[in-house]
Amino acid sequence: MQWETVIGLEVHVQLATQSKIFSGASTAFGAEPNAQASAVDLAMPGMLPVLNEGAVRMAVQFGFAVNADIAHRSVFDRKNYFYADLPKGYQISQMYHPIVGKGEVSVNLSDGSERTIGIEHAHLEEDAGKSLHEDFQGQSGIDLNRAGTPLLEIVSEPDMRSAEEAAAYLRKIHAIVTYLGISDGDMSQGSMRCDCNVSVRPKGQTEFGTRSEIKNVNSFRFVEKAINTEVERQIELIEDGGEVQQETRLYDADRDETRSMRTKEFANDYRYFPDPDLLPVEIDDEYIDRIRDDLPELPDTKQARFITEYGLNADEAAPLVQSQTLADYFEQVARGSGDARQAANWIMGELARLMNQNEVEIQDCPVGASDLATLILRVQDGTISGKLAKQVFEALWNGEGSPDEIIDKQGLKQVSDSSEIEALVDQVLADNQAMVDDYLGEEVAKKQKKKFNALVGQVMKASQGKANPAQVNDILQQKLTSSD
Amino acid sequence: MHTSTLSELARALEAGETTSEALTRETLERIRAHDGRYNSFITVAEERALEQARAADKARTDGRAGPLTGIPFAHKDIFCTEDLLTTCGSRMLENFAPPYNSTVAQKLDDAGAVCVGKANMDEFAMGSSNETSYFGPVTNPWGDGLVPGGSSGGSAAAVAARLVPAATATDTGGSIRQPAALCGLTGLKPTYGRISRYGIIAFASSLDQAGTLTRDARDAALMLNTMAGFDPKDSTSLDREVPDYSASLENDLSGLRIGLPKEYFSDELSPAMAEQVRSAVREYEKLGATVKEITLPHSHLAVAAYYVIAPAEASANLSRFDGVRYGHRCDNPQDLNDLYLRSRSEGFGEEVKRRILVGTYALSAGFFDAYYLKAQKVRRLIQQDFTNAFNEVDLIMGPTSPSPAFAQGDKTDDPINMYLEDVFTIASNLAGLPAMSIPGGMVNNLPVGLQIIGNYFDEARMLNAAHRFQQVTDWHRQVAPNSA
Repeated sequence: MQWETVIGLEVHVQLATQSKIFSGASTAFGAEPNAQASAVDLAMPGMLPVLNEGAVRMAVQFGFAVNADIAHRSVFDRKNYFYADLPKGYQISQMYHPIVGKGEVSVNLSDGSERTIGIEHAHLEEDAGKSLHEDFQGQSGIDLNRAGTPLLEIVSEPDMRSAEEAAAYLRKIHAIVTYLGISDGDMSQGSMRCDCNVSVRPKGQTEFGTRSEIKNVNSFRFVEKAINTEVERQIELIEDGGEVQQETRLYDADRDETRSMRTKEFANDYRYFPDPDLLPVEIDDEYIDRIRDDLPELPDTKQARFITEYGLNADEAAPLVQSQTLADYFEQVARGSGDARQAANWIMGELARLMNQNEVEIQDCPVGASDLATLILRVQDGTISGKLAKQVFEALWNGEGSPDEIIDKQGLKQVSDSSEIEALVDQVLADNQAMVDDYLGEEVAKKQKKKFNALVGQVMKASQGKANPAQVNDILQQKLTSSD
Repeated sequence: MHTSTLSELARALEAGETTSEALTRETLERIRAHDGRYNSFITVAEERALEQARAADKARTDGRAGPLTGIPFAHKDIFCTEDLLTTCGSRMLENFAPPYNSTVAQKLDDAGAVCVGKANMDEFAMGSSNETSYFGPVTNPWGDGLVPGGSSGGSAAAVAARLVPAATATDTGGSIRQPAALCGLTGLKPTYGRISRYGIIAFASSLDQAGTLTRDARDAALMLNTMAGFDPKDSTSLDREVPDYSASLENDLSGLRIGLPKEYFSDELSPAMAEQVRSAVREYEKLGATVKEITLPHSHLAVAAYYVIAPAEASANLSRFDGVRYGHRCDNPQDLNDLYLRSRSEGFGEEVKRRILVGTYALSAGFFDAYYLKAQKVRRLIQQDFTNAFNEVDLIMGPTSPSPAFAQGDKTDDPINMYLEDVFTIASNLAGLPAMSIPGGMVNNLPVGLQIIGNYFDEARMLNAAHRFQQVTDWHRQVAPNSA
């Protein structure tokens, strides 16, 4: 049987407001437990929520970025459940009238195709606190610093058909929120979290299979792995004659498996109803227009601009716009060096390789954009060879100085003095009479070329890679021809 | 001095005939000597009150005295008072001293008023007879064994017993007006949003409104002048100018259009009560008002809608009392569920549990539409009734309660019968309209309340009408036989 996977994602994005969504407490990360919990966050008796306008603005910005309908009137609801890190016994969320309506994003896949993923809606809500189950001798500690941090929950349509699409969608959402500056998007710190709804169905069937929800998957890589693992589990289960249960599951990255957390019978009845402490959020066209006019350039627009302005093709431009920082870095290198293609090649080649190898993100990259631009210029102006440039780049990565200092210190400057090169050539010819004879005796042109190149290699080696290769070619050719 | 009204005491203080310290000492002594009979106070704040009194006297010497400076009064124990026990009549908060002031408490503090203690009340303001308080029932000074009404029964009894000249109170479905009626007082519930709810322990957020219990309308105006106003900490408070409510008290009533809803003179009201109300209204005709019958066709649905909406909101509002951060916590909880179960079972009384269950049920999946949403529809119809009525009349008048004070224990086994105590008061809460009760007659030597309902923000007109009535009648001057 051929199976089709159906995936929908719920992405929770912590918004980068200075203070919480309903209180004046700071949202900064890393404070002592409960140091950033106000009386409102602690749900002390008589305390009331007051909406942070910044969160509304950010939600509207996001709405524009995904071409969504912006609700002129949205309503906060109470989502009721008891948990120790949920101080009020309800979470303030938006169930019935979310601020962002239907929208869509397009994602690029590795086979070069483009897919459009629908966004069902996005709504504002508050984060809960954290329960700490270690270090308290069988009891639990509660840290309410996170309680009340604004979240934008972005709910996709069940439009994704593979784990790769899901990961690409998640990356796109990440790019959008970081471009907008409405979140730091840091998944390792929980600034962006993802629940994956996964089901399978026989190919060609129109109705959906029963889905499971994988909670809190916290990296791009894990999203892909968790979905693939879950899809395999579901297919195996069905093919063995079983049935998928509607349930919530947890992904265990260490064992690469999903585990049941709670089944439908034990699902909470959240008893949503409009929060009477908050007025409906009414926003007018003027407010919306002002936000639209102030929007920064977004990934899709930037990609299009990179293609027209820098002459890149789509495959080159797409990875560069994945993050604002990377795109900015590219533009600095492209402008500094005047060679956008080389800039793109260096960034997606050597730089990406070293970043991967050292697990470093672009914002922590030790090679400054202006240094990379200088390096490209030094290749262009013949100061160093393209080959040695990689050596300089590694030295830049290791913080050994500026490109010129490194070239100088390591004596990598290209030798273009013809008398110097001639001397080298003479030396090589003298030392390798056998190779010369070999070359001269060869009659097949293709084989002769190969033997010539071997001699060029000897000269380059003798120059420690510094000789200008074009000049070496010319002089060697000359010498060999004259010795005919 | 206990025979004086608040305004008379203010004049005496102004004239230097007494000091706040002397008044406060006298008040505290009278509470100590007599409150055993009424149980109207949960907490008496002797030291704190005397300190405030001395500060008030100093303010007066420094020329910084306002109309309320130095006046002793009581807060209903639902208003959070900094570092002073605030129990809400519940075992749950038996030991709770908030680290903050409610906005009302802060405003009265700032005005130099002296809080002598916290008045008894039905637990979490749920009750119409002040028999649900964890701290014992309150006795009406109008007769041993009689209830003072509820939920602001302690505030009402304390004023009727002449222990204090005024008390704060709250009204969710009649909790100011019904006790005012049963204790022969002037009780004012302003427009929803007129007084900040910040720091008032929430019962039903969309209905709760703070107000006053005083001996006459002049005193109510003085209190309201200080208590009213927009508060950025309460999103539902309204940003509207606060007029000087004392300034319009003497306005002429000729031409005032009064409406009597025919639905308020039905079988629920005894002929004796109806006659007292009609005779009070005749006084208004003598004062130049015109009276006509009006209809509020959805009145009969008010109690039913209220007992869905109020418990629904309460079920969520009271979730925060979970034994985790403050309030009652059971001994040796075995796990989180046990902590919740026993802390709440032990901390809440029967009526509170009943309403949490009713509210939880009304919001549950499958019932939400039939109960909560339908009740909200009824609420809009009731609002519309009033809107239509106020196109024809300036004020609506009728009975406050179906009967005068009843005996303790009479209705405790019959919750529905108890809920019908609020049959005439609930509609104005549902509509958010200002309403008051003033002494309008006597039946069986017990006070009868005349209810006055005004249009939104029409408190000045209501107080004016109440004051003019009190100039020509002396129902409000009747002294309870068991008063101190």
